[in-house]
Amino acid sequence: MGNEWQGPLEKIDAYRWMIPQTYANGMKVPGMIYADENLLKSIKRDRAPQQVSNAAFLPGIVKYSFAMPDIHWGYGLPIGGVVATDIEAGGVITPGGVGFDICCGLRLLRSNLTEKEVRPKLDNLIHALFSNVPAGVGSKSNIKVNAAEEEKIMVKGARWAVEKGFGTKEDLERTEDGGCMEGADASHVSDRAFERGSNQSGTLGSGNHFLEVQIVDEVYDDNAAGILGLDKGAITVMIHCGSRGFGHQVCSDYSKGMVRALSKYNINVPDRQLACAPVNSPEGKAYIAAMKCAANYAWNNRQCLMHKVRGVFEKVFEAGQKDLGMALVWDVAHNIAKFEKYNINGKDKLLCVHRKGATRAFGPDNPAVPGIYRKIGQPVIIPGDMGRNSYVLVGTKKAEEETFGSTCHGAGRLMSRKAAANAPERHTLLRDLEAKGIKVMAAGRGTLAEEAPYAYKNVNEVVDVVHNAGISKKVCRMRPIGVIKG
Amino acid sequence: MKRFEIIDHTADISIKAYGKSLKELFRNAAFGMFNILADLEGITTSTSLELKLDAPDKEELLIEWLDELLYNFYTKQLIFCDFDITELTDKNLTAKVKGRFIGENKNRLKTEIKAATRHDLHITKKEDTYEVRIVFDV
Repeated sequence: MGNEWQGPLEKIDAYRWMIPQTYANGMKVPGMIYADENLLKSIKRDRAPQQVSNAAFLPGIVKYSFAMPDIHWGYGLPIGGVVATDIEAGGVITPGGVGFDICCGLRLLRSNLTEKEVRPKLDNLIHALFSNVPAGVGSKSNIKVNAAEEEKIMVKGARWAVEKGFGTKEDLERTEDGGCMEGADASHVSDRAFERGSNQSGTLGSGNHFLEVQIVDEVYDDNAAGILGLDKGAITVMIHCGSRGFGHQVCSDYSKGMVRALSKYNINVPDRQLACAPVNSPEGKAYIAAMKCAANYAWNNRQCLMHKVRGVFEKVFEAGQKDLGMALVWDVAHNIAKFEKYNINGKDKLLCVHRKGATRAFGPDNPAVPGIYRKIGQPVIIPGDMGRNSYVLVGTKKAEEETFGSTCHGAGRLMSRKAAANAPERHTLLRDLEAKGIKVMAAGRGTLAEEAPYAYKNVNEVVDVVHNAGISKKVCRMRPIGVIKG
Repeated sequence: MKRFEIIDHTADISIKAYGKSLKELFRNAAFGMFNILADLEGITTSTSLELKLDAPDKEELLIEWLDELLYNFYTKQLIFCDFDITELTDKNLTAKVKGRFIGENKNRLKTEIKAATRHDLHITKKEDTYEVRIVFDV
């Protein structure tokens, strides 16, 4: 394919590999990839390291162009990329460093249910979830809003859903940023984005988005797991999705504008998908105001989805959600730019931190972590593939010192969709999953094989790297028993 | 000559489109994109739409073209399969596109595309064939 990485990768220690700044003329900082020897082999096989180097060209970038161990070839920034720019020094924001699915993320619910109670009703449960949660290409919702109401979603985020009765105040406390980024301004959102967002609140979409029923099968940190309400054997539900057509349109609109702004600000980037503008420029400010609208749209979407999930559980198990103990554990955004203060060379700086396929991982005592979790650090939700495991971790002080409080976001793909869809294992995929006790339903034709476990890196290896490198800490592991794919 | 082919990309879907002319390249890129979105085998057209677009260069115009079609796919619920480009320069495009409403063709839908990206997007000409690789975010 000619995609193999030929450039230098200097070993710093067992989990850190550096692309020196001298690799490409125009890199403003070195690249830093978190991986072990084994993961590094697959990382070198595609163009992700090149994208780490490309991101180092961004004006105002500080420390390193980082990549987490689930890094793989994306567009603009690699998936698994973390880049922070110094706003005061003319640092930029790039829509390609956030992605089209703005504020794509994960939400984890706990319950008092056990496998013994769920197993006999699993078929019913998965069918009911599948028919009540709209999934697939361009999926539409029964929650349809007019423009005035949609603007409220953009400004209020998940609070909109809670005010409509789709959840509780406690849910908001357990959502990153309380499910709402301040500063969202709908006047910077195009009519097209409004149009695409009008009927997609509470929809899953397609691709790698999913809804999973899981069991906590291993606990590594009893204290943290206790505080999170994740006892061994408990049934959990994980939701993965983002801002749907609304966010995709916002990113399309602003990517176009940023390409046209490159010459205005005399910015040179090696990939047009990294087109950017200074955070403090009119173009930068407008994108940020619109990006926040999309982030809020995503948090509201996941809140609406969770409400539908709770409704299905109530029906199937003939009990109220309180009796079922269906509390939200946490909700993370893993495609987003945030404004956070860090000490750089002895000076406090306000940075624009891009996390694209990376999760915030603030440590204990960070004021951004809500009181209930402040002692243990911010929860981090890491999904694996549909046949293996998912994890809950917590953030660390070391992550704050080293990676702008960031860690990985998933297993990361190993195989292209084309290769996965043609792999010989596809013929026995459903049977193999069923043999493991995993019931799967998918909306899209072909999605299943494209998203098969063998298409992904082993999440256990990825999580071991971030744990051993100290940028987050394992709390517990789940395994899936029911999966709905978009 | 192939109209397009799917090529390997780890996270997303990438195609390489070909054309004897720029017009044909644009037509085949759109055809490739709709082949990812839906099964076009045997589909007939029932409605049409006229598009007039402009952009600073041909790569941006290609993205503008694909974005416009995607927007209409999602909002007007139309699967396009016939792309008649009547006028094309490096900066302007006029086209009449034909398709069919998703409605009773729901079972044709395959994979959701979030957007056509600008990653490594270069329109090149080898001998007398234009080609371009496009990465779609799915």
